Amino acid sequence: MLITAERLNYTYNPSSPFSTQALKDVSLTIGEGEFFGIIGHTGSGKSTFVQHLNGLIRIPSSLKKYKKRKPKKGEVPAPEPVLRVGEFDLTDKKTDFRALRAKVGMVFQYPEYQLFAESVKEDVAFGLKNFSPRPLSAEETEEAVRAAVELVGLPYDEIKDMSPFELSGGQKRRVAIAGVIVTRPEVLVLDEPAAGLDPLGKQEIMDLLHKIHKTWCKTVIFVSHDMDEVAENCTRVAVFAEGQVRFVLPPAELFLHAEELISLGLDIPLTAKICRALSRRGIEISCDFTTEDLIRSILACAKERGCVC
Amino acid sequence: MLKDVSFGQYYPVDSFVHKLDPRFKLLCLIAYIAMIFVAANFYGLAVCAAFFLLAVAASRVPFRKIMRSVKGILFIAAFSAVLNVFFYRGETVYAEWGIFRITYEGIIFSIFLVVRLFLLVMFSSLLTYTTTPMALTDGLENLLTPLKLLRLPVREFALVMSITLRMIPTLMDETERIMNAQRARGADFESGGLIKRVRAIVPILIPLMTSALRRADELGDAMDSRCYMGTYTAGAAKRTKYKKLAFTRRDLIGLLFAGALIAGVILTKVYLGSLL
Repeated sequence: MLITAERLNYTYNPSSPFSTQALKDVSLTIGEGEFFGIIGHTGSGKSTFVQHLNGLIRIPSSLKKYKKRKPKKGEVPAPEPVLRVGEFDLTDKKTDFRALRAKVGMVFQYPEYQLFAESVKEDVAFGLKNFSPRPLSAEETEEAVRAAVELVGLPYDEIKDMSPFELSGGQKRRVAIAGVIVTRPEVLVLDEPAAGLDPLGKQEIMDLLHKIHKTWCKTVIFVSHDMDEVAENCTRVAVFAEGQVRFVLPPAELFLHAEELISLGLDIPLTAKICRALSRRGIEISCDFTTEDLIRSILACAKERGCVC
Repeated sequence: MLKDVSFGQYYPVDSFVHKLDPRFKLLCLIAYIAMIFVAANFYGLAVCAAFFLLAVAASRVPFRKIMRSVKGILFIAAFSAVLNVFFYRGETVYAEWGIFRITYEGIIFSIFLVVRLFLLVMFSSLLTYTTTPMALTDGLENLLTPLKLLRLPVREFALVMSITLRMIPTLMDETERIMNAQRARGADFESGGLIKRVRAIVPILIPLMTSALRRADELGDAMDSRCYMGTYTAGAAKRTKYKKLAFTRRDLIGLLFAGALIAGVILTKVYLGSLL
């Protein structure tokens, strides 16, 4: 599903002393099949943006009580925002937001804290039952739940009757992800999926996301503040700052904006840092800024220069 | 959205009333409530109203914000006013059906009652608009200090209160996040009958409870690791305060006004007689 957003604005607590504008004229297009990264600091608007994608935050014109304001004389009306996800027009009151949510799965930060059911099986089936237009038979449910739990790499038969609270932290997170992908959404959105994990756990989650991307969900969008995570995994990256999209690039080009990224308080990828450090010493290395490629290039360069290693 | 409900409704501006000592403000509220009930006629209430308007002006809180607090008691006020109009045993009768009797005295008394209620609620809300919950508990703790003589754990009581107040916005945020997460999994909280709605709460309540318990646990650990000890724990040293409350000249001015209020209300009571 193609996602098109144009001129999105959003303000928290409007007309109060606490009001903050979280999105300012955000325009972004995310194609089908992308593994899209969104990076930015806390408060940059990245989470607010992704919550628009499945209608958890609604565009005013899609709300029932919304009435179109007549422009005053001589006033040029502000251009209307646009937000389309596949065939869904999110600015329209008639849009079926439940159907949309079945197509756009959303995994929140620390998803393990949303588990509630008595058993893993029931918890994963929660979304399935909610979205299904007709009551599902026990076999159908079991089959779908098994597939989802196994896709996230957990032994279904062992854990299906366990309480989700008995699992380890990493397992809980996987179960929570299974609970979202069980409805086979076409787009999967994840907010900081690797937050609070050790480096190995992070890598495992990223591998899992790639697996989901290849098999079940055509488009994966993930929000992060870790530059390395984004640079290593994404096809394209959108950099958010102060509620605006600063740039949208393939990760290999992030390097070209190093100064700006640093001034935004964002790190540049570690690989880019190494390349910069080498370049300052007169060693130019070309690579696409993934760890493996960097190592290969450095080794090749070392060989060229006759180093023994 | 839950976030729109700012708890304690503190209105963050810098003003004379905001800067007053919270202890003074608490005592002032008590005195004010007492004066509203001492006031025996409309002159007395006029003095109270004047004091209230002066306080609002000095607080820089928009008047419509304070008016909002009246909404909550509108029903009670209307209810008691109607009851009084019909049942007050007055002498100047306007109309009468069976046990209902509308009298001049009844109408006057109803108006008196409603004004009294409104002033009470609006003045109390002014306290929460101008004082942070933290300052409020601090002031309360300080005022309750004499109870320490009875070996009551005043400090712990204040601590429990401030932790509670501190956690309300956190739990509100948490609730919203969990609701969103379940909504994203197709949960529906807005439609269906009573039973369906109550059942829809389970997927919010359980994660919220576990998260509250987890937070409590973490906070306990954090306090332990900073060597927190209760007042009556053996070996506990006397605690000192980071922010010391101090009575300033500003509070003296406030005190003068409060004195004028008390004197005014008592004088109107003594010299201008009772309502009816």
